[in-house]
Amino acid sequence: MSAGAAEVASSGTGLSTVDELAVVVLAGGLDLEREVSLRSGRRVTDALREVGVHARLSDADSGLLTALAAERPDAIFIALHGQAGEDGSLRTVLDLVGAAYVGSTAAACRVAWDKANAKAAVRAAGLRTPDWVALPHPTFRELGAAAVLDRIVARFGVPLMVKPVQGGSALGAQQVREAEELPAAMVSCFSYGDAVLIEPYVSGVEIAVSVIDLGDGPQALPAVEIVPSSGVFDYASRYTAGTTTYHTPARLPAEAAARVSDVAVRAHTVLGLRDLSRTDAIVTADGSVEFLEVNVSPGMTETSLLPMAVEAAGLELGEVCGRLLRRAAARG
Amino acid sequence: MSGNTLDQYADRYAQRTRGMTASEIRALFAVASRPEVVSLAGGMPYTSALPLDAVGAMMGQLVSNGGAAALQYGSGQGDRRLRERICDVMALEGIRGASPDDVVVTVGSQQALDIVSRVFLDPGDVVLAEGPSYVGALGTFAAAEAEVVHLPMDGVGLVPTVLTEALERLLREGRRPKFLYTVPNFHNPAGVTLAAARRPEIVEIAERFDLLVLEDNPYGLLGFDGGTLPALRSFSETRVIYLGSFSKTFAPGLRVGWVLAPHAVREKLVLASEAQVLCPPTYNQLVVAEYLDTQPWFEQVKVFRELYRERRDAMLDALSALMPEGCSWTHPDGGFYVWLTLPPGLDAKVMQPRAVHARVAYVPGVGFYADGTGRRELRLSYCFPEPDRIREGVRRLAGVVEEELELRATFLPGRESPESHRLRGSAASADAPSPDMA
Repeated sequence: MSAGAAEVASSGTGLSTVDELAVVVLAGGLDLEREVSLRSGRRVTDALREVGVHARLSDADSGLLTALAAERPDAIFIALHGQAGEDGSLRTVLDLVGAAYVGSTAAACRVAWDKANAKAAVRAAGLRTPDWVALPHPTFRELGAAAVLDRIVARFGVPLMVKPVQGGSALGAQQVREAEELPAAMVSCFSYGDAVLIEPYVSGVEIAVSVIDLGDGPQALPAVEIVPSSGVFDYASRYTAGTTTYHTPARLPAEAAARVSDVAVRAHTVLGLRDLSRTDAIVTADGSVEFLEVNVSPGMTETSLLPMAVEAAGLELGEVCGRLLRRAAARG
Repeated sequence: MSGNTLDQYADRYAQRTRGMTASEIRALFAVASRPEVVSLAGGMPYTSALPLDAVGAMMGQLVSNGGAAALQYGSGQGDRRLRERICDVMALEGIRGASPDDVVVTVGSQQALDIVSRVFLDPGDVVLAEGPSYVGALGTFAAAEAEVVHLPMDGVGLVPTVLTEALERLLREGRRPKFLYTVPNFHNPAGVTLAAARRPEIVEIAERFDLLVLEDNPYGLLGFDGGTLPALRSFSETRVIYLGSFSKTFAPGLRVGWVLAPHAVREKLVLASEAQVLCPPTYNQLVVAEYLDTQPWFEQVKVFRELYRERRDAMLDALSALMPEGCSWTHPDGGFYVWLTLPPGLDAKVMQPRAVHARVAYVPGVGFYADGTGRRELRLSYCFPEPDRIREGVRRLAGVVEEELELRATFLPGRESPESHRLRGSAASADAPSPDMA
């Protein structure tokens, strides 16, 4: 399933008509990830312009629909992260106004954006993912937080990962090493969203596998191995150049490398995703691959993982985005 | 196969850049600039209230009548005429007889902070500062690798006994502070003002302990009752270095501030400034000097006072009406800021994502301490939003605090404040707000 440079580069049609496209790159929004989204949007816009695509960067605000109606772009690249870009709601509106866009449908996003739903779906398809519970605040309030957390620790042990059920960029995600740290971690995590997912912390090699579909079905790009110098791939490690070492392709035995690619493509397929996605996973010491989450609007910043994988595959980011936009335009 | 850190110079940076990382806190401020969000975060003067047409005409004439000089390099110490006008401005706050020769014009008072730090601070030196303290100063002291020792304030500013005790303790430990950094008027961020009676006392303590005082006074003319208190510098020419600014009384975008220092210090400050910027911007200096000479600038200060007083009232009224029990806040008599303390157990930094969801922004208190304390505290700014927006912002904030209290009751009933687990050295760098928020 893994795609090398030549394999991906040869798929789909050429670039000859890409420069005829007029596209809008959506970035910004009002989510906590606005800053990251703006960086992604600028990078995608620049990359598209470099390959001759007429790209305009636009915020997703109250002026958007009027602008789209006047401008009628051939397709939209969604570089919005967080709720608006990933939960399907914006895509529902774009469908409503007949605007073509790169990426998964609203229905698929609604499942994939919710980490608990995504884990349930990939587990049902036979992939491995750490056990989990995902609960809203009222459940803890009504049943007694201490009692519920005690049961969670009794079941999963420590260390644990605590993260918002919805959201990206590791915002709100924390590793909990001792049971007594858990209540404070819950308070902190609930500031980011209405429900919290708790799962056992799985140690191993941290991997991100991007999947793109340029016309011949979903293909995995070379896996990126992530080694944060702080030991934790948190917000600072993600967006400060120099603080994390990335190995692309990941330093995995061939068999494990094939397995992570397979997991990413299967997750993409099982969740009904379209065009592009990024799966985050852990390869454990015994070589098994544990699915953590999937991103339907992967980061495109200077330190983001999908652009690294694109480059490692011998491709140009602008070319890839242009081809995805062209496919979206053709879908109408 | 070798890894890529995405920064080929990662192993070459100076040690002092360690705190310069991407920060969630700073990233959240990206949302604060959107009109949907009521921002009580930024300390931006309300420049819309300036007589912009008159200022524009004046600026145009400066170029058309004398552009060759206005657009030329200038003196490293700053324009002589402006330095004379600066002495007139300082006289309004009790500093009489200051010589223009002892004034150095700087690129905002932020550059003055930086050159004073360069001239006085070696790595490891101790600086005394109020707790909380101005974030831009803390950043400068951090860049100089100094250690900041905070002095808690009460409702009328720096407490003389606290200062004395800190000095005695530090001297016992063999550590002589290089200077005391203080914002006596309408403190940023605390919103309190040093009582008149304490001012000579602070200077007397400084004399007794041979302590240099760095007095930072950008807000002194913005008292809502129209009065001014005497600057610390008015009590001693030799013991106090005084920083002033036109950012709050005129225009922050011009970046014109100044430092008044004893003669020997001034010599070094000029050299330090020349090494940094050659000279302060000539044109901007001429704009300020011309504004002071030809425009009713003090009447404009009165307009600002009235405007900010109205906004202060809107904020204090809304806080009284809406904030949950357990919150407390300061009642500023001037300036831009209210300092709010959350109920026990709450953490303003942890609460911030919820506030962004609720479309209200503030600055968490940790950025105003060099030692990672201040987690229960936050700064609210009333200078920029209209009164109705201020009321709406406080309403949203009150809802956020209510929700946090509920969460806390669920998960951490009866736990003590997070203030007890200090995160040393986490502030004044990545998590501090950006300059437009400072």
